[in-house]
Amino acid sequence: MHRALPLMVTIALLVPSAVPAQDSAGAQVKRGEYLVSIAGCHDCHTPWTSGSAGPEPDMKRALSGHPQDLTISAPATLSQPWSGAMNPTSTAWSGSWGVSFSANLTSDPETGVLRDFTEQQFIQTIRTGRHQGQGRPILPPMPWPAYANMTDDDLKAVFAYLRQVPPVKNMVPDPLPPKQ
Amino acid sequence: MAKVIVTAQRLRSGRSHRLVAMRATLVLTFGVLTHVPAIPQPAMMTPPSTLRETGLYANFGTLDVDPAHLAFAPQYPLWSDGAAKRRWISLPPGTAIDGSNPEAWIFPVGTRFWKEFSFNGQRVETRYLERKPDGQWLYAAYAWSADGRETQLVSARGKRGAYPLAGGRSHTIPGVADCKACHQGGPSEVLGFGTLQLSPERDPGAPHAELQPEPHVDLRYLVDRGLLVGLPKALLEAPPRTVAATATERAALGYMHGNCGHCHNERGSLQNIGLFLRHSVTNAGEPAIASTIGQPVKKQAPGQSPDAVLRVEPGHPDRSGVMQRISSRSPALQMPPLGTELIDDEAVRLLNRWIAERGASIQQASANEGR
Ligand code: HEC
Ligand code: HEC
Ligand code: HEC
Repeated sequence: MHRALPLMVTIALLVPSAVPAQDSAGAQVKRGEYLVSIAGCHDCHTPWTSGSAGPEPDMKRALSGHPQDLTISAPATLSQPWSGAMNPTSTAWSGSWGVSFSANLTSDPETGVLRDFTEQQFIQTIRTGRHQGQGRPILPPMPWPAYANMTDDDLKAVFAYLRQVPPVKNMVPDPLPPKQ
Repeated sequence: MAKVIVTAQRLRSGRSHRLVAMRATLVLTFGVLTHVPAIPQPAMMTPPSTLRETGLYANFGTLDVDPAHLAFAPQYPLWSDGAAKRRWISLPPGTAIDGSNPEAWIFPVGTRFWKEFSFNGQRVETRYLERKPDGQWLYAAYAWSADGRETQLVSARGKRGAYPLAGGRSHTIPGVADCKACHQGGPSEVLGFGTLQLSPERDPGAPHAELQPEPHVDLRYLVDRGLLVGLPKALLEAPPRTVAATATERAALGYMHGNCGHCHNERGSLQNIGLFLRHSVTNAGEPAIASTIGQPVKKQAPGQSPDAVLRVEPGHPDRSGVMQRISSRSPALQMPPLGTELIDDEAVRLLNRWIAERGASIQQASANEGR
């Protein structure tokens, strides 16, 4: 057995380099898809509709953010003990920060939030909670503090996956300030 | 000279302190307070738990700064809502800064920087940078108690409400991620101790200019004492300054170098925006002019006036993207996006004048041509 060991190690070392570059890119996108599916991105970034089995994300508009035709012009009016609210598509969120609208994460070149992002900026955004890594603070409920614990490789996979999600043209509105 | 007295306390303190405060990180997620574990940091990067242990003071009781440290003031300071600032550098004994790349000086391992912020004569925070043996910079901020007697390491997530400002706002001590958003955005992590900032030919029109403290640290001072080596000779013969047509322009470019250039430059992660506000001593021209005057805004920010389609429209400050952004403190529009709660009125007046004068000079030129 102990003679076979070096051989197995050698094979193990050889195998990854034998994989064509295309496949490893494909594997990265697959991993990204998996991570997006378990990290709950669709819960907020895909508009929800009522399906035959109850509310569900509308995968025809996967990851396209708050629908532009659903106009919301003021934060929710709430009574004690509530501090926040969301809308039926699960894409608009009212709280102490005002109203936030989930971003369009698809690859649409005109309306996708990631259109101007480099991979490094995407990683920085999730790590720092700032737009493009260095800009305005990202509002709740985007759970970036949790995702900040992801490894660089995982975040790169998520980015690679998002960059090839079919484009949906949808101009998400700007956030609204809190009630004065 | 810049001798370092590493206090015994500092040695004793070791690196065993854990960031207790860091654990108390409350993150607001949809109005629910959730405990989020801090991002693990290598133990070596744990800062001392008090400012005293960093070795700034010779005597903490009397707050006498160790005379071995050098006080300095960059000619184009960062605006932080009107905070008064004091800064010091300490180089390990017998070491020198390598200035052979004038865009990014290399500081010896063990270099320490302090920057103290006061409002209305009251110390509020002191920021700290230290170059570690692995070459990384350690970032820390210490908050002062209201009576000015004690300091406490601020949580890596920062501290809100550190001092009340005008209009119901308050000073925020930045978290470490925000320190890095500014300090790691360009060619050098050290921002105020560099070639243009320490030019012996200081700009008399610089906004918020500070008096240069004794012993007047500038390029000449550092080179003469062997604390800065390798700096290209030409920079001593012709002291660096921004390439400007007028005194207003010189100050405007300097202001943007000091307040914007650490994010908006040709090397950092935001280079794809194509806005270059950092002065480079090796560039013949001024990228801050080339990338703003008559250049289209890349992306309209939330709340930006739709007629501001150019970054700078000569003669029309009101229609210039740059003015829209520095005249706002609404989070999605304001520039800079962090480190300030109040509009920098002096800078707004200066850039207004600059853009107006650029328009007048174009008119003048075309009038001359017509004659
Ligand atoms: C609980 C709801 C929620 C979940 C889950 C969520 N997001 Fe978000 N996300 C938001 C909201 C709301 C915004 C808009 C915030 C704003 O405008 O400041 C946002 C914004 C973003 C942005 C834009 C940041 C910027 O710079 O403007 C990115 C990128 C993003 N989310 C990625 C993701 C990814 C990837 C996942 C899954 C791993 C995810 N989000 C999961 C709610 C969520
Ligand atoms: C908004 C951008 C910004 C943020 C945020 C910021 N800094 Fe700075 N810092 C600067 C600039 C610009 C200078 C140089 C100009 C000056 O000192 O006025 C500077 C100077 C310093 C100095 C003096 C050495 C040097 O680089 O010139 C120290 C020390 C320092 N900062 C530490 C910190 C720490 C620690 C934090 C986080 C707690 C922090 N800074 C956050 C922009 C920033
Ligand atoms: C901490 C980093 C940081 C600092 C400091 C900073 N900016 Fe920005 N700036 C950004 C980011 C990120 C963007 C892109 C996102 C956006 O437009 O908000 C941006 C965008 C801009 C734009 C829009 C460019 C375009 O064409 O779309 C302008 C103009 C601008 N900044 C001007 C300034 C000025 C002037 C200063 C200094 C007074 C400054 N910025 C300081 C990070 C910074």
